[in-house]
Amino acid sequence: MTVTSGQTAAPALAEEGAFQPRQFARRFLQGDLGSLRVILGLVIIWIIFQSQNDRFLSAVNLTNLVLQVTAVGLISVGIVLVLLLGEIDLSVGAVSGVTSAIMAVANVKHGWAPVPALALAILAGAAIGLLQGFVLARFGVPSFVVTLAGLLGWQGAQLYVLGDTGTININDPTIVGLTGTFYSTTVSWVIAAVAIGAYVLASLVGRRRRAAARLPVEPLPALVLRLAAVSGAAIAAVAITTSDRGLPLAGLILVAFVVLFDWLVRRTQFGRHVFAVGGNAEAARRAGIRVERIRIVVFALSGTMAAIGGIMAASRLLAVNQSSGGSDLLLIAIAGPVVAGTSLFGGRGSVWSALLGALVIGSISNGMDLLALESSVKFMITGAVLLLAVVIDAIARKQRRAAGRL
Amino acid sequence: MSNDIPVLEMRGISKSFGPVQALADVDFRVHAGEVVGLVGDNGAGKSTLIKAISGVQPADSGEILFEGRPVSISHPNDATRLGIATVYQDLALCDNLDVVANLFIGQEMVAGGVAGAFRALDEVGMEHRSHELLNQLAVTIPSVRSEVGMLSGGQRQIVAIARSLLGEPRVVLLDEPTAALGVRQTALVLELVNRLRDRGYGVVLISHNLVDVFEVVDRITVLRLGRNVADFKRSETTQQEVVAAITGALTGAGAGNSGGER
Repeated sequence: MTVTSGQTAAPALAEEGAFQPRQFARRFLQGDLGSLRVILGLVIIWIIFQSQNDRFLSAVNLTNLVLQVTAVGLISVGIVLVLLLGEIDLSVGAVSGVTSAIMAVANVKHGWAPVPALALAILAGAAIGLLQGFVLARFGVPSFVVTLAGLLGWQGAQLYVLGDTGTININDPTIVGLTGTFYSTTVSWVIAAVAIGAYVLASLVGRRRRAAARLPVEPLPALVLRLAAVSGAAIAAVAITTSDRGLPLAGLILVAFVVLFDWLVRRTQFGRHVFAVGGNAEAARRAGIRVERIRIVVFALSGTMAAIGGIMAASRLLAVNQSSGGSDLLLIAIAGPVVAGTSLFGGRGSVWSALLGALVIGSISNGMDLLALESSVKFMITGAVLLLAVVIDAIARKQRRAAGRL
Repeated sequence: MSNDIPVLEMRGISKSFGPVQALADVDFRVHAGEVVGLVGDNGAGKSTLIKAISGVQPADSGEILFEGRPVSISHPNDATRLGIATVYQDLALCDNLDVVANLFIGQEMVAGGVAGAFRALDEVGMEHRSHELLNQLAVTIPSVRSEVGMLSGGQRQIVAIARSLLGEPRVVLLDEPTAALGVRQTALVLELVNRLRDRGYGVVLISHNLVDVFEVVDRITVLRLGRNVADFKRSETTQQEVVAAITGALTGAGAGNSGGER
């Protein structure tokens, strides 16, 4: 999970030579190694809940946790892109609701096969995002306002699509299988081996290309540490989940989207332009980047991910109803990446923060459920954690500024 | 020397904004391997002239010759295509991106093969080219992977100038490159300007700071109230004389090489 910091950290370390503990500590505090800080926070949260209830870190509960965070994590992936632009999308909850309603109506009421129904829902999400993006880019309306209107409008559309019945139960095996599939031990290990192999191979190929161009490379110990950490995480995930029901497909889908979007954001021209627009839109425009087009595409992707998250939520609930996509889903989907270090002001953040943030908030919620706390207490504690995370981020930003960096 | 034909020559440039005549019949030229200082008080028309050259705000009338050929510059892209690069005062850098990303912003190198179909970045290629470029200019930056927001003002200016050189221009316009810089940072930037001249670029330096101007330029063109008032060779003039031209004390006296009209 240190992938995000790797890009900037590795060459710097390479040039400074030896590993310097004090500097590492400073970078850690200033949030350069943001992902690591969040992982540490997650470990602390897990230790606290485990000490209160020893079922928290059981295989059953950790598998449940994965299933609980899948939908919100997927929605957050889209939110990260929007946040990187320095914008906000308040419509994702409502979009996830209306698109899952479209899927349910197509599949259950009109007898569509599952795959076309899923495709229709995802296309609808993309179209909604495209429309919102077009309006805010074309007319220069702040994204806050456009997507707030979307929040209301798409909720209405959801009620309209669902019609009189209000609730539609889903029993199509393919759709239910999205969150109900668990891979056997053998298959799980094969998946883990392939994933680790691909990661190691990609790292080594990248390193060789840098070396061939005589560019500084990541020091060997750091590389080994990174590969070991990622492999260890994958092995632990498989070992834990297979001792319960098996490796959940839902978790794989979430990780696959995170990896895909992380690549899109960090390794493609599109992603570079997203960061540029988020960092300095005027500079991006002068450099010939079509800023409006980037905005529109990002909002379309946000709508798409909202639809995919909505589908996963419907699959897990086995139904779509009038409150699908409502409640605190939107707020958690935005809070997650922010808790995990993606800036609300644009230009800084990582797609991994979608996954890590969902895990942090999901762990707190799950742990408090295990402790059977009142809803009142749960809301207050979740609010306090969010506030704490944002304050830590603000302090880190201030220190960065004091250290002469904006 | 091929210095007879200026790389860029402007003749009789005029531009008005409504009733305000910002430029009246202004001549300007820069040769390859020459640094020309463009000076004048606020409102003298320096920025308007720069905008006419860079295509941001085309002139109303007048002739532009590039390497002796008449050309028209009606859009920033025209200027870029001809080989005229402009570095604006506010630099237009993205503080959240590293040096490599800023150098290539908007003109990223894309990988070949399958990855190229997805517009994947060629990071190795860009980093390699960045090292090359910065080495050519003999500038030092802590690391090409450091965030531009972490760099000093002078280093940021150097990154902005280096970026303008990626398109292999013939003429580089520098708008107040030393404004807001400390003494050491200013020296770094002026050193780079000297190196640009040595590499054969035509450099136009717009500045308020005559000390900086005298340090690097070969020639000084003075504008006053939208008109040419003087054109000095640095070796044949003094700061006092230039100040006099800027403030108008020289007008009518006919001093300088071209003298002031009226």
